[in-house]
Amino acid sequence: MAPEYIERFSPTERAVHWVHATAFLVLLATGLALYVPALSVAVGRRPLLKDIHVYTAVAWIGALVLVVVLGDRRRLRATVRELETFDADDMLWLRRYPRPQGRFNAGQKVNAALTAAFAVLFAVSGSLLWLGERDHRFRLASTILLHDWLTLISLFLLVGHLYLALIYPATRHALRGMTVGTVRRDWAERHHPKWVREQRQ
Amino acid sequence: MEPRETRLYGRRAFLGVTAVGLSSLVWGRAAWRAAAGAAQPFADVLPPGLVSGWRIYTVAATMPRFDPATWRLTIDGLVDAPQSIGYEELRALPSAEQVSTFHCVTGWTVNNVHWRGVRFRDLLAAARPHPEAQVLTFTSAEKPYVDTLTLQQAQLADAMLAYEMDGKPLAREHGAPVRVVIPDMYGYKGVKWVERITLGADAEPGYWEQRGYDLDAWVGRSNGA
Repeated sequence: MAPEYIERFSPTERAVHWVHATAFLVLLATGLALYVPALSVAVGRRPLLKDIHVYTAVAWIGALVLVVVLGDRRRLRATVRELETFDADDMLWLRRYPRPQGRFNAGQKVNAALTAAFAVLFAVSGSLLWLGERDHRFRLASTILLHDWLTLISLFLLVGHLYLALIYPATRHALRGMTVGTVRRDWAERHHPKWVREQRQ
Repeated sequence: MEPRETRLYGRRAFLGVTAVGLSSLVWGRAAWRAAAGAAQPFADVLPPGLVSGWRIYTVAATMPRFDPATWRLTIDGLVDAPQSIGYEELRALPSAEQVSTFHCVTGWTVNNVHWRGVRFRDLLAAARPHPEAQVLTFTSAEKPYVDTLTLQQAQLADAMLAYEMDGKPLAREHGAPVRVVIPDMYGYKGVKWVERITLGADAEPGYWEQRGYDLDAWVGRSNGA
């Protein structure tokens, strides 16, 4: 019998994810080449890398605004609400009790909150670095530390995220939800039973 | 369906992390200094290349390459005897050593850098500067990087034209074969890949000064610090 598929992520949700993912990878690659001495020497072309880094950051924010303006805002608002709300099952799940989860499990909610906060902090510290090169009133001694630490912690989050999305057998089916939008119903019933139950009602 | 207790913990986490991050713009540096002091014994055990603390800032598409056979340092301008010095000649001049701290204007610092090089007094002696020569302009082989020091600044006890760093000839990314070292000033005054020193009466703004940085880059007393 052919498996039955249900939609997990709308086109607007997927657009937000992939805008963010693409920009992050370009910013990470150029940022590491600007920051790690061995890479700086190997790659050279610092002015070009800096331009790519800065223009990618501008394109990233512009594209996110565009997705929000042109996309399904009602659905996005509902998604944000879903992500920021933790119920009793979520709190127990975080303490490693096997409690049933909704469309997002509690770990995904934590990741979403951190990613959103980091996006704001990256944008603010990056803008300050850019402005500080032009006007010393914007030059704060701690800006570069903040930008560095965000990068380091993001790297760990990214490695965990990629492991769960691409390698770990139980969860990697989730990637399909973020690419084509749908996931197998039987997989969703195992990993996100409360969501499947709500959909039936 | 049973009523469920729900909390906006996700929003709290978002706002909390954002607030901590933004406030770190105020306390980050002090906290990092305290933590780095406490962690120094561990950092000492790590391979030095891993946590050197340096960042390599360049302004041109490629870094200059140093060829000892053809490299010359020109000293000209308001001098009686313009010089063109080869690498071996430079190393034959009286040398000086020092251990000093390197401060970048963007906020990072490298402690205890061991430099060897030539004091400017010894470097300029043969050229015999005119009395009205007040400013040294350092031209980098990395175009269009240029910056200046007054003669007085260049004669500070720990200012030098360095050709060795931490016991090794200056590496390419640190300005091979020679760079300016002046620990009391931010690193943008420490011109790398120096190929020409011109003595003059007045200072023209250097590369970063044309972009808003202060002419006198005293650590802790300039650039809004």
